[in-house]
Amino acid sequence: MNQQQQLSVQTILRSGTATAWPICLGYLPIGLALGVLAQQSGIPWWAVALMSILVFAGSAQFICVAMLTAGASIPAIIFTTLVVNLRHTLMSSSLAVYLRGVERKFLAVFAYGVTDESFAVNMAKFRDENWNRWQALTVNHTANLVWILATVTGSLIGQLVPQGAFGIDYALTGMFICLLVYQFQGRIYIITGLIAAAISVSWYLLIPGDSYIVGASICAATAGYVLQCRYRRGK
Amino acid sequence: MTFADYLLLFGGMGLVTYLPRAVPLLYLAHKQLPQWLIDWLGLIPVAVLSALLAPALFTDKITRTFELGKPEFLVAIPTLLFALKTRSLGGTVLVGMFLYWLGQSFIF
Repeated sequence: MNQQQQLSVQTILRSGTATAWPICLGYLPIGLALGVLAQQSGIPWWAVALMSILVFAGSAQFICVAMLTAGASIPAIIFTTLVVNLRHTLMSSSLAVYLRGVERKFLAVFAYGVTDESFAVNMAKFRDENWNRWQALTVNHTANLVWILATVTGSLIGQLVPQGAFGIDYALTGMFICLLVYQFQGRIYIITGLIAAAISVSWYLLIPGDSYIVGASICAATAGYVLQCRYRRGK
Repeated sequence: MTFADYLLLFGGMGLVTYLPRAVPLLYLAHKQLPQWLIDWLGLIPVAVLSALLAPALFTDKITRTFELGKPEFLVAIPTLLFALKTRSLGGTVLVGMFLYWLGQSFIF
């Protein structure tokens, strides 16, 4: 740990941003799309900037724009945001394993940038490489900066971007596919992923709302854990 | 909406976005975690990502019904192979977008 912390600021920034750029590449079209939608719903660009700074959470921001367009109330939008973002409690808990004993000030700043994407990339890096927390923090904040810029740009140039151009609708899905591959660290991980997919699809079809993400994750991780214990005992 | 309305809305959203990210981190990073919890948390990333992704590939978002053979799913197969082979996030995003665009323009 001590040795890692002696990496120069320059090295940290370079490796952190190099790791973040693919996330940024994915964020560009999605952020632009969000900005365009917001602009079409009559939300001014400064409000888009304010939203991206205070709420760094793509899916919640899309839902917010849709709900504002539909005339939803402020408490209703805030409550929906909470539900959609509950999955991050699981991600932060997993990250805590690699940030044991780190000072609270750092954790408070780090937590702001925990998204599906930065989480998946940082977890894979923490597991496979000598990844340190400053590099992880750089990933979080580079992605955040690009996100803010992309959403604001989208709201400013909204009318110029044709719908569905260049397959931008697929950017997020493509990103998730690769992030999922990063998590395949062995057979039990693949099995857990398959269980999660099956439960999540069934849950999504049967139960309205967004509880399927957290629900399926907890069920699948538990099932995977039980299988892992059985396998270990059997050996 | 006025500036104050937006500030109230986004401030509230920001709070409920930040707390689920910060509380577990601040709390758990300073606790001695039992081994079973560490093992269980180790399976969370793959479970969450799969749970996020699967409904997008196998269901229709509007009618909320099961659908096999959606363009999203068909494009996901070569995209997945590419990701397995290269492990390149940027490349996978680009290949996925390109194939999806190709499919939309010529096939689906």
